[in-house]
Amino acid sequence: MSAHQFAQYLIDGLTQGSIYALVGLGFTIIYAVTRIINFAQGEFVMLGGTLSYVFAVTSGLPMPLAIIVAILVAAATGVVMYLLAIRTARRASVLSLIIITIGASIFIRGIAGNRLGVGAVQPPHFTGNTTILFLGAKIDPQELWIIGITLSVTILLHLFLTYTMAGKSLKACAINPEAASLVGINTKTTALTAFILAAAIGGIGGVAVAPLSFASYDMGAMLGLKGFVAASIGGFMSPIATVVGGLILGVVEKLAVGLSWGPFNSSYKDAIALVVLLLILLIRSGRLAAEERSA
Amino acid sequence: MRKYLKLSLFVLMTVALVSTCAIGCGGSKETATKEPYVIGAIFSTSGVSASLGVSEANTVNMLVDKINKAGGINGHNLSVIIRDDGSLPDTTATLATTLIEQDQVLVIIGPTTTGETTAIMNISTDAEIPLVSCAAGAAIINPVKYWIFKTPQTDKQAVVEIYRYLQSQNISKVAIITSTSGFGTSGKGYLESEAATYGITLVDNQRFDSTDTSMTSQLTHIQGTDAQVVVCWDTDKASAIVAQNMKTLSMSIPLYCSHGIATPAFITEAGDAANGIIFPAGKLLIVDNISASDLQKTVLTDYKNDYLAKYDASTLSTFGGHAYDALYLVVGALENMNEDLTLAESRAAIRDGLEQTTNFIGISGIFTMSPTDHLGMQPGSLALIEIVNGAWTPVQ
Amino acid sequence: MLSWSGKKWIYITTAMLLVFLILFPFDWFLGQYTYLMITIGISTMVTVGLCLLMGYTGQISLGQAAFYGLGAYFSAVLSTKYGYNPWLAMLIAAVVTGAFAYIIGYPMFRLRGNYLAIATLAVGMILGILFNRLSNYTGGPDGMAGIPHLSIGGFAFDTNFKRYFLVWFFCLAVLFLSQNIVRSRTGRALRAIHGNEAAAESLGINVAQFKVKVFVLSAVYASLAGSLYAYHANHIGPSSFDFLASVKFVVMAVIGGLASIWGAIFGAGTTRLLSDQILLGFNNNQVDIIIYGLILMLIMILMPEGLFVSIKSGTLWLRTNWRALPSIMKTKRDELPARIKYLFGRLLSTRLWRKPEP
Repeated sequence: MSAHQFAQYLIDGLTQGSIYALVGLGFTIIYAVTRIINFAQGEFVMLGGTLSYVFAVTSGLPMPLAIIVAILVAAATGVVMYLLAIRTARRASVLSLIIITIGASIFIRGIAGNRLGVGAVQPPHFTGNTTILFLGAKIDPQELWIIGITLSVTILLHLFLTYTMAGKSLKACAINPEAASLVGINTKTTALTAFILAAAIGGIGGVAVAPLSFASYDMGAMLGLKGFVAASIGGFMSPIATVVGGLILGVVEKLAVGLSWGPFNSSYKDAIALVVLLLILLIRSGRLAAEERSA
Repeated sequence: MRKYLKLSLFVLMTVALVSTCAIGCGGSKETATKEPYVIGAIFSTSGVSASLGVSEANTVNMLVDKINKAGGINGHNLSVIIRDDGSLPDTTATLATTLIEQDQVLVIIGPTTTGETTAIMNISTDAEIPLVSCAAGAAIINPVKYWIFKTPQTDKQAVVEIYRYLQSQNISKVAIITSTSGFGTSGKGYLESEAATYGITLVDNQRFDSTDTSMTSQLTHIQGTDAQVVVCWDTDKASAIVAQNMKTLSMSIPLYCSHGIATPAFITEAGDAANGIIFPAGKLLIVDNISASDLQKTVLTDYKNDYLAKYDASTLSTFGGHAYDALYLVVGALENMNEDLTLAESRAAIRDGLEQTTNFIGISGIFTMSPTDHLGMQPGSLALIEIVNGAWTPVQ
Repeated sequence: MLSWSGKKWIYITTAMLLVFLILFPFDWFLGQYTYLMITIGISTMVTVGLCLLMGYTGQISLGQAAFYGLGAYFSAVLSTKYGYNPWLAMLIAAVVTGAFAYIIGYPMFRLRGNYLAIATLAVGMILGILFNRLSNYTGGPDGMAGIPHLSIGGFAFDTNFKRYFLVWFFCLAVLFLSQNIVRSRTGRALRAIHGNEAAAESLGINVAQFKVKVFVLSAVYASLAGSLYAYHANHIGPSSFDFLASVKFVVMAVIGGLASIWGAIFGAGTTRLLSDQILLGFNNNQVDIIIYGLILMLIMILMPEGLFVSIKSGTLWLRTNWRALPSIMKTKRDELPARIKYLFGRLLSTRLWRKPEP
């Protein structure tokens, strides 16, 4: 592997990892606040990507407006999901909630496939697609956008959680919801905020990645899974760790292709994420079990 | 719990009986319907192979209309029941069983892909009904199965077409990048097995998942080898990503693709990166460039014009052509069929008729079937096409 | 205990069910749908295992289709590529699948709830990838064909009619076996575990061991079902054993009612019938998927105990209250405005925090 190749794998890995990070943030936020694993998280990304194309190209809106509307629609879907599914299943068991979110993801994917067709669509790049040289790697400018957007979102999220009232409520609910409601925090509104935030972040991810690598109605499934692995690396509680986890996963996948050694090759790269997931779950099983019991 | 058991079992029984009667009493149980001729078709108009299936379904609908307007087949109208299997072989099996036993069709056209076809080959054989598949896999007709036919060229023929050209250009070092889907895996198999015959060495062998969004690492790895060309084997979306990635990485070596990109959607998706790509496909895509003495020219031109009159140009592809061929092969068999046969006898007669097809000029090629050849296509039915300025031109 | 008349009813309805099942595949009855019933029977076997796992021990498995696939692939590969006797292959497949479940069971059951679900999902997907990539053994993404039929001596199960009886023989055997387990000491132990694990542990029940045992049993059921499927369809491919397939099995278990063994038939049957009717009715697989997702959500939201149990309690209520029906309906109609206001108020003041099952 030459130095140039290594740089290539690294930068491409960071780009791929950024998307995983954004999806993972969505999982983490919702899980931390509501202890629900939202299987439909990947679909928010899909909505962001496909809708930005629909609004920009088919409806002819100017690109920035199309992007904003796409993200808003994704966020709105998060609200609807929260109200219809999570809210009404009041005393639902863990299994019920898992199935509800799976049903929601299937439903959203099906509607998208029906309305948008099965082809892949590619919204225009933000700043063109001329190859640029970056730290020794040849990349599409959109990749820099993706990495940049992910870092911005992470920083903004951190500021939000640390310095705003709404953000602090989220953190409080994540740590102990009973105590939070005792000090006057409205847990229902906080949960709603969590959903909106997760959906919006997912939508942003979709909008950012679609110009680079197409959007299609079925892109949510794999992204959801990989993002989930990123969130698990972060222990489902820490946004920063989730982002780091996502970036690491992306880089490892790309490097595995580059190494082409044994099971670490392009044929089994998807299995890497799953194996990592299992290892993390097993290693942390003690701590996770204690968490579930105390919740 | 035991107290309610009796009632619940009773309710269960009633529900079961009522629902099965409701469903069962819907269908009719007549034997052979001779007026009109009913044939079944299974295409993937949704799911991963939807772009292929939609072309096929459109083509069949259009042709059935055309045939019926011209008076049908010996006075019988043609009626086709088209079912969508969503690119899922389990669904294909269910639909095939329904078509055979409930709709009692004479013959089945389709399905769209190899996996779906293999799932119903046994069903078709057990029910003794002919199947004319629109899928590429060579395993469908090799070894030959009594009731199974197919119309598209096999993947092997496509690979050989590329390799033969490469050999003529004195190219010997090839890197392949294939998807893990059935289509990609089949292509990989032939790319590997046929290489030696044409003096080709595979210097790199990369895979990707059809749903992957970036193949830059695989291509970066290829860049580290001394490959002279890259051969990519998948349908349009992933191939478009490969094409774009190669452009981003400023790779100068040429890209060859499979016949999976033989649709206008590929050019839209790949954009600038499409130019310079060479791939094998049926002559439909370059019909305007082939000489007037080519036997297929009239048939191709007519099909193209008829299709564009009714449907969007973005769905015109060689895949629809496979359905055209399947349908007309069946029509040919029906035309020669005796009229007073039972259902079972009709199905057998159609099968015999299909096997006796001689020099049928179709979209994918010219077909002559035999008991040992249920594809029946002559070599030379595939042309090598290059994309130049967003349009298809034949390679000289 | 049940009075004689109570028992009489059970015998009568069981007899009716058996007669119905036996007569089913004949052409003059409902023979057209034999293929459908075979697939329902196979699905029921997997579903029963899932019901035992989810309903009686409270553990979730989102990867059951992987065990189904292991059974199918092992039987197929051993009987096709290595010439093993199909029955022997089926047995070996069940043993291997059971052993695999045993090995991964202990570490996995240290996890709870959500995490266990995800772990089973990951295992299922890894197996799915292996089915796809190990094409030298499994035939790759297009699967493998040419799987032989099961046969006894010279009698081969080569028609739907014959296979129907074979499949339902296994299915009923599995159902009766499970019913026995549930009614025995083991069943009571399982219910204790489901109620409260700590309490069960304190009573001397080895919780971890029971959970793993049930998990292994469900895996073996799924493996048998997979083998039967392979010998029935004579062709298998990885797309039948993916995450969506696992979800479908979970749906069947849920609809049938997690704690109900015989409900498994109902769950498998309804899901399959519904799926087929949607498919044929809309003739668009996409719409099929949309409706599937919708129904999934609605059932879990409105009837979390499962369709079967809800119908049971609903008919029971009807039976006891049918005389008073008209007056009940009138009261409900009058109360409507007040009830809506009340519901609204309750909805808005819901406690969001969800406790896992105690």
